[in-house]
Amino acid sequence: MSHAWRVTVFLAGAAGIAVLFALVCRTLPGPLPVRNRYAEAINSRVYAQRNVTDAVSAVNFDYRGFDTIGEEFILFVSVLGSISLLRITSERTEGLLADAAEPSRDVPASDAISLWVLVMIAPKVLFGIYIVTHGQLTPGGGFQGGVILASAALILYVGESFAVFRKVVSWRLVELAEAAGAGGFLLIGMIAWFWGKPFLTNVLPLGKTHELTSGGTMPLISLATGLEVMAGFVLLLFAFLQETLTVRGEE
Amino acid sequence: MQEQIIFYAGFAVAAWLFVIGLYGIISSRHLVHLCLSLTVVQAATYVLLAVIGYRPGLPAPIFVGFPATSPAVDPVIQALMLTDVVVEATVIALLLSITVRVHRRTSSADPNEVDLMRG
Amino acid sequence: MIFLQLGILLCVLIAGTTVVFTRGLASQPVVVSVFGLMLALMFVVFQAPDVALSQIVVGAVGLPLIVLLALAKLRRDAQLLHRQQDEDETK
Repeated sequence: MSHAWRVTVFLAGAAGIAVLFALVCRTLPGPLPVRNRYAEAINSRVYAQRNVTDAVSAVNFDYRGFDTIGEEFILFVSVLGSISLLRITSERTEGLLADAAEPSRDVPASDAISLWVLVMIAPKVLFGIYIVTHGQLTPGGGFQGGVILASAALILYVGESFAVFRKVVSWRLVELAEAAGAGGFLLIGMIAWFWGKPFLTNVLPLGKTHELTSGGTMPLISLATGLEVMAGFVLLLFAFLQETLTVRGEE
Repeated sequence: MQEQIIFYAGFAVAAWLFVIGLYGIISSRHLVHLCLSLTVVQAATYVLLAVIGYRPGLPAPIFVGFPATSPAVDPVIQALMLTDVVVEATVIALLLSITVRVHRRTSSADPNEVDLMRG
Repeated sequence: MIFLQLGILLCVLIAGTTVVFTRGLASQPVVVSVFGLMLALMFVVFQAPDVALSQIVVGAVGLPLIVLLALAKLRRDAQLLHRQQDEDETK
């Protein structure tokens, strides 16, 4: 299909979308914003029922924890797919890997960037752990803290070279961490079975508000999710960095 | 009526981002640019969700500093968006790995020239 | 107060359009990073701090880095392929 035809079909579709959208906007039930009674019910009960102050984390890890398991496994499978796609494939490439192990750098790494990166890694890791553990009290949680922790490893690569990154970050450990995070979430859900309750019920003691141990299973789930998200992103970066080569003639 | 403008503007921005992202996908000449136009389409859904969950004048649903039963912005919608943002980034990374493989196989990253699924 | 919301929605609109119409390969990570930042600001203005946290780290740091690495890999593969072809021709 030539480019002009494609654009014509697209414009017809876009016009259709615009018309339908306008029609939908006219038939909304009542003035905006539309009331969401489920959200109001959760907002009024979060503090009393779960002793936490962050309603979004409570919804993510407690009220709708099952959906979060699904999302986390989408992440897991995407990372798995990326790693499998970026592997070495042909047998002849192992011999060539030794030469291609270091991505070529046209600009040498500057000392200022290296120093700044080394100084900032520790605060980043601390901040990431803080965000993960305070998920149920202030904005934060497993997902945000996990990516912040992963960014500490990312900037290690940016400031130093891939050789340093490979020495510091061990593939085995990070793989284990990812599996532990994903499996940990499921195990925490299974704890509820010992009490005869359904999967993922919050059965641990709820604790006092404004403390790190409030919310029952929520801090544990937050830790497991943070571990998994961090390990997922570090593995992604590792897979993209590993210099691989396939020989075209053999395929 | 003043506050209604925010909602309609949000809907319009979401629709525009969706359509312009689709245009980027169909008319792109490089697979990486195609993946990033997909990011724009995803952003359309984020804008739509953010606008739907918004209640003008109310604070965020973090009950620190004000009593816990006062009204706040919708937390369920934010929970949807939260996992969405992180997960979609890994999906885009998966698409970029597919791009790298396609480039290795056919030595070109132009979607018009890649015809791996020949009949 | 509504001008803040309308203003940030306009910024998101402009940034999104710029991402689609930027064809140069080297400038794409930068444009994506700016777009991610505008989205994060939008989440803050619409009272969603959790989502803004995620979006800042993922959309302004993680995703542009992965895009940059993918582009670097594409260029390196092209170079190695040229070298391979030159070797095959000289044989």
